[in-house]
Amino acid sequence: MKKLFPLSVLLLGVVYLAIALFPPKPKGEFNLDGFGRLPVLLNGRLKPLDTVARTTLLMMQGRQRVTVPGGRSITPVEWLLDTLYRPRVADTYQIFEIVHPDVLALFGLVPENGAGNKRFSFDQLSPRLGELERQARQIAELEEQAKTAGREPPERNAFQRAVLMLRSHVGLYDRMTVSLVDPQSPDFLDKINLFQSGLAAGVAAVRAKDAKQPYDEAAAKATMDVAERFGFMADNGYLHIIPPADNDPNPDHWHNAGSVLIESIGDGEAAGFAQRTYAVQLFAALGRAWVAQNAAEFNRGVMLYRPTLLVRFGARMDKVGTEARFNAAEPFYHGMILYVAAFLLAVCSWLKWPDALGRAAFWLVGLTWALTTGGILTRMWLEGRPPVTNLYSSALFIGWGAVALCLVLEWFFRNGVGSVAGGLVGFCTLLVAHHLALTGDTLEMMQAVLDSNFWLATHVVAVTTGYAATFLAGFLALIYISRGIFTRTLDRATGDALAKMTYGIVCFATLFSFVGTVLGGIWADQSWGRFWGWDPKENGALIIVLWNALILHARWGGLVKQRGLMALAVFGNIVTAWSWFGVNMLGVGLHSYGFMDSALFWLIMFILSQLFFIILAVIPGIYRESPSSLPSPSRPA
Amino acid sequence: MRDFWQILVKFFTSLRLTVVLLALGIVLVFVATLAQTDMGVWGVQQGYFHTFFAFPKWHGTPVFILPGGYLVGGLLLINLISAHLYRFRLTWKKIGIQLAHAGVILLLVGELLSGLWQEDYQMSIDTGQTKNFAESYRKHELAIADVSDPQFDAVVAIPEQLLTRPGNLDTQGKLPFRVVVKGYWPNADIHGPMMAPGLIPGASLANRDLGATLSLTPVATTTQDNTRNSPAASVELVGPDGGTLGTWLVSPTLDLFAGRPQTFDFGGRTWALSLRVARAYYDFSLTLRKFSHDLYPGTDIPKNYSSLVQLKSAGGLADRDVLIYMNTPLRHEGLTFYQASFANNDQTTILQVVRNPSWTLPYVSCLLVAGGLLVQFGMSLLGFVSRRKSAAP
Repeated sequence: MKKLFPLSVLLLGVVYLAIALFPPKPKGEFNLDGFGRLPVLLNGRLKPLDTVARTTLLMMQGRQRVTVPGGRSITPVEWLLDTLYRPRVADTYQIFEIVHPDVLALFGLVPENGAGNKRFSFDQLSPRLGELERQARQIAELEEQAKTAGREPPERNAFQRAVLMLRSHVGLYDRMTVSLVDPQSPDFLDKINLFQSGLAAGVAAVRAKDAKQPYDEAAAKATMDVAERFGFMADNGYLHIIPPADNDPNPDHWHNAGSVLIESIGDGEAAGFAQRTYAVQLFAALGRAWVAQNAAEFNRGVMLYRPTLLVRFGARMDKVGTEARFNAAEPFYHGMILYVAAFLLAVCSWLKWPDALGRAAFWLVGLTWALTTGGILTRMWLEGRPPVTNLYSSALFIGWGAVALCLVLEWFFRNGVGSVAGGLVGFCTLLVAHHLALTGDTLEMMQAVLDSNFWLATHVVAVTTGYAATFLAGFLALIYISRGIFTRTLDRATGDALAKMTYGIVCFATLFSFVGTVLGGIWADQSWGRFWGWDPKENGALIIVLWNALILHARWGGLVKQRGLMALAVFGNIVTAWSWFGVNMLGVGLHSYGFMDSALFWLIMFILSQLFFIILAVIPGIYRESPSSLPSPSRPA
Repeated sequence: MRDFWQILVKFFTSLRLTVVLLALGIVLVFVATLAQTDMGVWGVQQGYFHTFFAFPKWHGTPVFILPGGYLVGGLLLINLISAHLYRFRLTWKKIGIQLAHAGVILLLVGELLSGLWQEDYQMSIDTGQTKNFAESYRKHELAIADVSDPQFDAVVAIPEQLLTRPGNLDTQGKLPFRVVVKGYWPNADIHGPMMAPGLIPGASLANRDLGATLSLTPVATTTQDNTRNSPAASVELVGPDGGTLGTWLVSPTLDLFAGRPQTFDFGGRTWALSLRVARAYYDFSLTLRKFSHDLYPGTDIPKNYSSLVQLKSAGGLADRDVLIYMNTPLRHEGLTFYQASFANNDQTTILQVVRNPSWTLPYVSCLLVAGGLLVQFGMSLLGFVSRRKSAAP
């Protein structure tokens, strides 16, 4: 029984993943999957509509699920379809997250009016959007005044930030609703067709009018009126979803529907207009089918459109399709669940059945690590970049690297420590990544100076590996302290083993953080002409190097023994968290990515908790009696 | 005496000192990072790192003393070198540690050297324009030029720091008149001739040209990264016969006001007088052929900035086109030109010009430390693994 246990746990994990990663295609008659895989150019890259739906919802309301009035849940793609084609219906969905009470007061709302006490619909906001606009303008004016007076504009307070954020979300929503059809016309396809049939006469009339010759007033007005709406859509439409014209050599010239309609008017030749606006009309037809909830018609439109894209954008369509699949599979979310399971198994292995449970935990950590490896590789392929390109991917990579080290440790020591640490670090980093993903699309374009795969692959990977190892050393120390104080399981052998592990990981961390930091300096020398500029992020990395060096020298000099080493290693967590997030919050320097309100709170909480553990580590006599609870005399590992 | 020597050696070679210095270094770097929100990177470099003592300020008043970058770095260097001299044994077992520490020494020395002799300038070139000089970002100079010849200016440039003391300037006989500094302000606003408290009327500072009609307010100097000081000086010129030629108010802001340098005639020649950002002249020139600013499709996210320039040296040794872009600078005659910025609707490129003879040291250092640590930790790891293997049943 015990022999089979690890194997059955592994099998269970595999079955779970198989079910989770390959979800059945969305039920129902509409080919939502096919629609979600249609490409759109946004933020500099071609991505599936599915990604747009998910990241927009994450930004606006912090989650991907939408609950519609009546309590039913709809998928992100369904939400997108309603927003694009039936905005009056989408206006009733509560998707705008507002937590600041003063912002709510602007709208005369209280938390109880919202879903989950914080999500509100466009309909709830629309009566007082003018007030939101006025507040936003006021902020802009204040900052403008400060600038003209030669002063630094004062830092925005929480209310101002909330106002600006909500306004940008509402604006984004507004722009989405005019991406494909004109919400003011009940049947946009009809409108285009009508426009097209009267185009020749309309253009002739407008030209005659301009030339001050007699003209057909009705035809000119009809054409001008519709063209004006097209122009509005061109100016405001958010999605660059219409592919470049067939004769356009630049594959990046994707446009929104409005600008294609405007630019296709040309000489007023109806056939040319029809040909150039083929994709626009197709999307309008999809809209008509969606509004009528005619699944057969909708599916036919999707099936008709896809092959034309495959011919022109074959390789890029592969990526777009894979990305949609990747979104649906949510490997990192499932990884989180598996890491928790492995962590619990490994902790239990210290109490009972060390062998069976320990091995089960090890295999489960290994399986989850393989899953995250696959996830990271997929992202790398999609982006065509090394693994770390932004904060989100750094969280993924730190977790990946730390768990890899844990697997090595567990392979050698087989005492459950590697699995516990792996489950813990893996879960924590994926949790951090999950929250970082709330800022929008995580596959971003790299700003000019960062657009260098060589340096991203060397400096960034080395520094991030250094972060991972420093964190891991800290987590091992946390395990040492917890076991020593809260349990009786820290016997001399375990203590020695943990000390050896921690020491080894600190060595590893020193190597990578040093090399990574110096490589960063060399990159800076290549791009700005100075090796070291005392930029906050550089300083953060330098502090990690110095701290790791300090731990090693204190150990070699016999200044600290086992518990001292552990206290120092826990402080490494603080140092690393500071460098990873704290410096971004200073808002200065080349590396700042913008301020994160709630992140600051959690950073402070994390630092306080680590200080608490450091105090625990150094209070004498607090360690529980275990068979040999006294730390062994110092011995360089 | 011997005892004292022993104590000294023990102190400077001890690991305890290393740990204390590393801790002090961490505190220094941390405090300096926080200080950057107020002082800017450049101010912090001067106030914390390129100094022996730093005085962290809270709302403008110093609150405590920290050993500065030179002190911590210098002591670390002494500690490292003396420990190695004292304990040096040429054994394979220690080779990794020694390599790594040699790398660290090189890094510290390199940083010290670049702190001492690195020079930073900026060169801003309009499309089609040719330039053979770059301008400093922070330093200024008093330039007195004989501009009579439309083809050629003979310039005598006096560094700003010589203006800080009132009195005669030593121009080494290069000018037909004497230059006497009457007043100097390291940072000053120039206004129209209105009277207000704190304002110094220009009439008391100058009796020639524009300066006499304007006024000046001294303001605090800045070290912020995005602001510059604009110094001002009141300068009297005295002819060989001892008779005064007049007193001028000079300042970069004033030249900006007037849109031209102030000029006067003396001895049958025309002279220009200006306090301007310091220039470094080169015996080669750069001509901007084209500046490009690429964006990612459908966004405002910059993908690349690049300047296509023609490099032409005076002797005709070089005459070629060079593309300077992100992460790919031009290195020429010990100078390095980086794409730093742009202006004027993409018509002007701004290049950062750096002279740092020790720029290669970090590269070597990185290799040494990486190699050293790999050897050292690799040997420990191998030892550990083989011990475990032999211990296993």
